Amino acid sequence: MSDILVIQGGRIIDPASGRDETGDLFVADGKIVRTLSPVQRKGARIIDARGLVVAPGLVDIHVHLREPGQTHKETIESGSWAAAAGGVTSMVCMPNTSPPCDNAGTIQLINDVIARQSVVNVWPTGCLTINRDGEKLAPIGSLKRAGVVAITDDGDCVQNNEIMRRAVEYANMFGLVVMDHCQDEKLTEGAAMHEGEWSLRLGLRGWPSAAEDIIVARNVILSEHTGAHIHLQHISSAFSVDVIRRAKQRKARITAEATPHHLALTDADLRGYDTNFKMNPPLRAEADRQAIIEGLLDGTLDIISTDHAPHTDYEKDVEFDYAPFGIIGLETCLAVCLETLHHNGRCDLAFLLSRLTHKPAEILRLPKGTLAEGADADICIFDPDERWVPSAATLFSRSHNSPWLGKTLRGRVKRTLVSGHEVFDGEQIISPKEPGRAIRPAGASAAPAR
Amino acid sequence: MTAAALSSPPAHWMRKDLLGIEDLSPEELECIFTTAEQFKATLGRTQKKVPSLRGRTIVNLFLEPSTRTRVAFEIAASRLSADVISITGNSSSLVKGETLRDTAQNIQALNADMLVIRHSAAGSAQYLGRIVKIPVINAGDGAHEHPTQALLDAFTLREKFGRDLRKLKVTILGDILFSRVARSNIWCLQKLGVEVTLAGPATLVPPLFTRFGVRVSHNLREALADADAVMLLRIQHERQTSSHFPSLGEYTSMFGLNRLRASWLKPGAIIMHPGPINRGVEIDSELADSSRSVILEQVTNGIAVRMAVLYLCASAGPKN
Repeated sequence: MSDILVIQGGRIIDPASGRDETGDLFVADGKIVRTLSPVQRKGARIIDARGLVVAPGLVDIHVHLREPGQTHKETIESGSWAAAAGGVTSMVCMPNTSPPCDNAGTIQLINDVIARQSVVNVWPTGCLTINRDGEKLAPIGSLKRAGVVAITDDGDCVQNNEIMRRAVEYANMFGLVVMDHCQDEKLTEGAAMHEGEWSLRLGLRGWPSAAEDIIVARNVILSEHTGAHIHLQHISSAFSVDVIRRAKQRKARITAEATPHHLALTDADLRGYDTNFKMNPPLRAEADRQAIIEGLLDGTLDIISTDHAPHTDYEKDVEFDYAPFGIIGLETCLAVCLETLHHNGRCDLAFLLSRLTHKPAEILRLPKGTLAEGADADICIFDPDERWVPSAATLFSRSHNSPWLGKTLRGRVKRTLVSGHEVFDGEQIISPKEPGRAIRPAGASAAPAR
Repeated sequence: MTAAALSSPPAHWMRKDLLGIEDLSPEELECIFTTAEQFKATLGRTQKKVPSLRGRTIVNLFLEPSTRTRVAFEIAASRLSADVISITGNSSSLVKGETLRDTAQNIQALNADMLVIRHSAAGSAQYLGRIVKIPVINAGDGAHEHPTQALLDAFTLREKFGRDLRKLKVTILGDILFSRVARSNIWCLQKLGVEVTLAGPATLVPPLFTRFGVRVSHNLREALADADAVMLLRIQHERQTSSHFPSLGEYTSMFGLNRLRASWLKPGAIIMHPGPINRGVEIDSELADSSRSVILEQVTNGIAVRMAVLYLCASAGPKN
């Protein structure tokens, strides 16, 4: 007996196949199908998507799920809830856990938790160096065998060029992409925010763009020297965008990502010393922000990733210098991107969705990000215009460190499906692994909203 | 001026907190100066106390070393007849892992009426201002602001050059990048119409400062030649993690104020310093003690200015 689903009357946008039409989307046994037989139609479940956009589930290849070791901030389970609520059906988690993912055992542990508890697809990454120290290569082959989809020391940047060169050469042999967090450590010692007019004004230690630009250039050089693919994480500086643009003109095997916060915010937002605006790399000047948008629009920056980085309220509620870097992003990503890139006319929906779906999947060769026939029915159904306010009552992440708390956002996920199973219905998470359990945000009142 | 005349604060002052100079209006600055003038008149008396804040408790939370500022706040509070308690970094529960939020909320729960904060992290005073209901006075937050220092500096300039400081030229010389005193003075002096020049090595006086409307110069002769006052700043070793200049010796030889360089100043020009001074580094010992130096007058004025600030903010605070 097959499980048939019809998503009716929505605007179906699948950038990977160029489809953009209003109509019905059919799902049979967790896969996208082109047509249904009359018999199949009769027993089908129906989802009314009139007035809504039906898109592939979003693919986010840069998130921190904090498990193992920092589960007070987030768990794989709670992170997967946040993903589902944000329309993200596939994500790739970073290896800066405790212990770090520099061994196959930790990867096996993570994959085991993912299999038992996650409501969306999650793939782990492995460390580039042992203990993320930047000194000795991690067992990249064993990590590959254990199931990692990329190698990275994210959060730290390998400073030693010889180690980086050997790492990308070695990982390339296994077809693994090296993802790098581009930051010269000496130039950023003790820094809390972008170095510029606002750091001078606020008296905070500045973090020059040059610290990113130098490593971006280093990575371009090493990629061209070795022929290996290097993915540049969360690009924040205008100069870096220019370096990447030139590298791509030379056909270098370089890809790069932008985050929603670097597309939407600047260093001027730190005016009130709100630690929910403290992240690494830092929010930069307006000229940098415009360059990031330009870079994304002209393809220099390939994709959008959130760098979802949960920290508890009490960890963030300290003096600015002492607060940890990072913000959550899974649940606000789509709305912030719509606001920053689409509602103001800078790009159409299909373009924006391509940067959030099949393009990130292609970078790591994940079989995701499309509604083409035969694809897994990972689907994000959203209202591009509904307004909502992120708060403890709406967020599923265990942490609420978002710069958009209390702000009105436009664009809201209404339903999220993973392999045809509805995991988010617009209000609550439904775990296919625990039928009957409906999960609401921890901060939601006992009585249902509305 | 009697204490009785101060029983109703000037109408201009509405703030419970003094967190920085940047947001103040020239009228608010004027209000502080006028109030400070009245308090200064009481300083020379045998009976130095005025009853303005009798029954209030002021807590000085000094989480970074300080002598001058802490003692000046203590004296100012006791001259206003307030009870004053000082907590320093080593004696606070912060060394036991308590957060600043919890420390501040406990101080408030102990019925303190006012909190004076000195902290090495920029933004700490604003942060506390959001947490507690009682007035918060910033006594220096990292490299951000040190508002009462700028106020006492401007107050001293008014005594020397008259109340109208427009057209006056002041050069601030030294470690500007890490200096909260410099930032507060940049805002304060410009609001009063003073032309400000920043001078020192390029690594400590980046050209980006010109965005704030000031002049930046690395040529000492040019920076000193037309100044009516030169404010010297100490090299803040404690904030520098990397080398911003080769050595203190080289700093002194290139930028220290010595007799020759002081001779480039105009005849009536004065020498100021917020302290602590490092004799033989940023200033020659004899110049610090010379008739041009107003360094100790600045310290005395710090009492009157802080009395004014405590009085004004207490009067605007929630208890009134």
